[in-house]
Amino acid sequence: MKTFFWLVKREYWEHRGGFLWAPLVAGGIFLLLLILMILLFEIFRTHAGVHVGFLNTLVEKADAGDWESAGNAFDMILLIPSIILSAVLGFVVLFYSLGSLYDDRRDRSILFWKSLPVSDTRTVLSKVASALIMAPVFSILISVVMGVVLLLICGFFLAAHGISIWRLLAYTHPLQVLGSLLSFVPLYALWALPSVGWLMFCSAWARSKPFLWGVAVPLIAGLFVGLFSVMSPLSFSAKWIWSHVILRALLSVFPGSEFVLDAQYLKNMPDTNPNESVALSLLHSYTLLGSVELWIGVAAGIALIAGAIWFRRVRDDS
Amino acid sequence: MNAVVTASGLTKRYKQSVALDGVSFEIPSGRIVGLIGPNGAGKTTALKAILGLTDFQGQLNVLGLDPRTQRNQLMEQVCFIADVAVLPRWIRVSEAVDFVANVHPRFNRAKCEAFLARTKLQPSMRVKQMSKGMIVQLHLALVMAIDARLLILDEPTLGLDILYRKQFYQNLLEDYFDENKTIIVTTHQVEEIEHILTDLMFIRDGKIVLNTDMDAMGDRFTEVMVAADRAADARRLNPLDERQVFGKSIFLFDGADRATLESMGEVRRPSISDLFVATMKGTYA
Repeated sequence: MKTFFWLVKREYWEHRGGFLWAPLVAGGIFLLLLILMILLFEIFRTHAGVHVGFLNTLVEKADAGDWESAGNAFDMILLIPSIILSAVLGFVVLFYSLGSLYDDRRDRSILFWKSLPVSDTRTVLSKVASALIMAPVFSILISVVMGVVLLLICGFFLAAHGISIWRLLAYTHPLQVLGSLLSFVPLYALWALPSVGWLMFCSAWARSKPFLWGVAVPLIAGLFVGLFSVMSPLSFSAKWIWSHVILRALLSVFPGSEFVLDAQYLKNMPDTNPNESVALSLLHSYTLLGSVELWIGVAAGIALIAGAIWFRRVRDDS
Repeated sequence: MNAVVTASGLTKRYKQSVALDGVSFEIPSGRIVGLIGPNGAGKTTALKAILGLTDFQGQLNVLGLDPRTQRNQLMEQVCFIADVAVLPRWIRVSEAVDFVANVHPRFNRAKCEAFLARTKLQPSMRVKQMSKGMIVQLHLALVMAIDARLLILDEPTLGLDILYRKQFYQNLLEDYFDENKTIIVTTHQVEEIEHILTDLMFIRDGKIVLNTDMDAMGDRFTEVMVAADRAADARRLNPLDERQVFGKSIFLFDGADRATLESMGEVRRPSISDLFVATMKGTYA
């Protein structure tokens, strides 16, 4: 267990740029742009002589229930950075997985890692854990901090127009938002497993250019399947292959891709209770556990990772 | 059992060539073995086989373990420096020490830090900022702090200046080597390891062509410096090699009678490099 912890820590040391700095910088740029927009809006507003006094009237008329729903709406604001950072996370995990078992073969530092008494299985699994658990947890922690900053920016904007922000903040649930986002991580790990498995398999197997094998080859193969399905008398759906095989292998690392790729899943989602905080309703995502698509993917992912471990052991090209 | 490495019929074929051709040898404990051969002779393949980094045919036993199937146990007892620059470029000195300290059960952190204190390496330095010599110092510091029974060095001083090279082998002898440890080293800079070796193995085209300890080598091979007028006599004794220096001829003999040679001129033990050149004659022809 201790060894595994240090193996994951090693991944963090090596890929601080992707796991930590990429979401921080992306979130920071987003917040900066937002502040700029607010400033521009204020300049425009003063020039045009528009007043936002109507907000005050709203606040005066608001009862406890209104505050409650306002709090839920502001929980949504807390979630906004996590949407942006999800996209960043997808790219980080994609490129991390593609390089994870290839980069050290290219620079020959694999000879150093292999000179230590650590099994290839553990090494590969530590990289899988880094991609599927450490990366999303970092992304979520950073996104919630950014969310709070965003909330404060909105609060200060309102405060500038005479609305007390502290009362509003009391109706938000940052910790619950954090908890519900974190509870999403195991589901993400299961959903992204085939994708990470495929990319790591290519990373362990390719003698050169893992990106080409991992990304370009499936896309080109998909194009041929598409062409073939148009010309061939057999009736099979290229669309099905695209969404269930090709895009599943490449895009499942992007959180939220399950809504796009697994059509059954959306249909089976229970209706959300309108009075419930949107942030908490994320828990409904766990109906995904009932999807066959998910478990087929998990099985494929495990097989691909087993393959990656095997190639990690036998490839001796360094 | 005293043997650290036992190989019999060790064979490794690549698609176009045979890297190891039925090699058999035994390396006892407490030796420093020089594995010397021309480029592409199979040295690195032999080391990779011992380290379980490559598949092979034949029998190979390292510290009682099979490197193909028991690699993880084996690596607790075996250390390995491939050549300079295999340490990952992103790692810091402190990270490297922390990592090895936490994954290697036989690592002595205090020893490693004491060794590092004698160098110019700082804990916050990254490998990519270091010179080749410093990288090898770091690697050596990590390896010397591991209480291993077998140390494998594959061209460990390639590309280092002479100060680092001398220091490398000096550290190895003074602070690391003892009768419980065994070192296998390959290098092209034969002169520099000549005085530290206890055993010598020449490898050529995947075969071991000479396997001897240094004392036996001195008994078997003799170099004699003969004046020009007696050179013809010496040639009749079928020397391995002949070369001219200052108008005299130097002959290298394998197993010739020492008294006869002494009567012809000044006799001495050949250097490994001269022996190597004589043995490998025609390798690239």
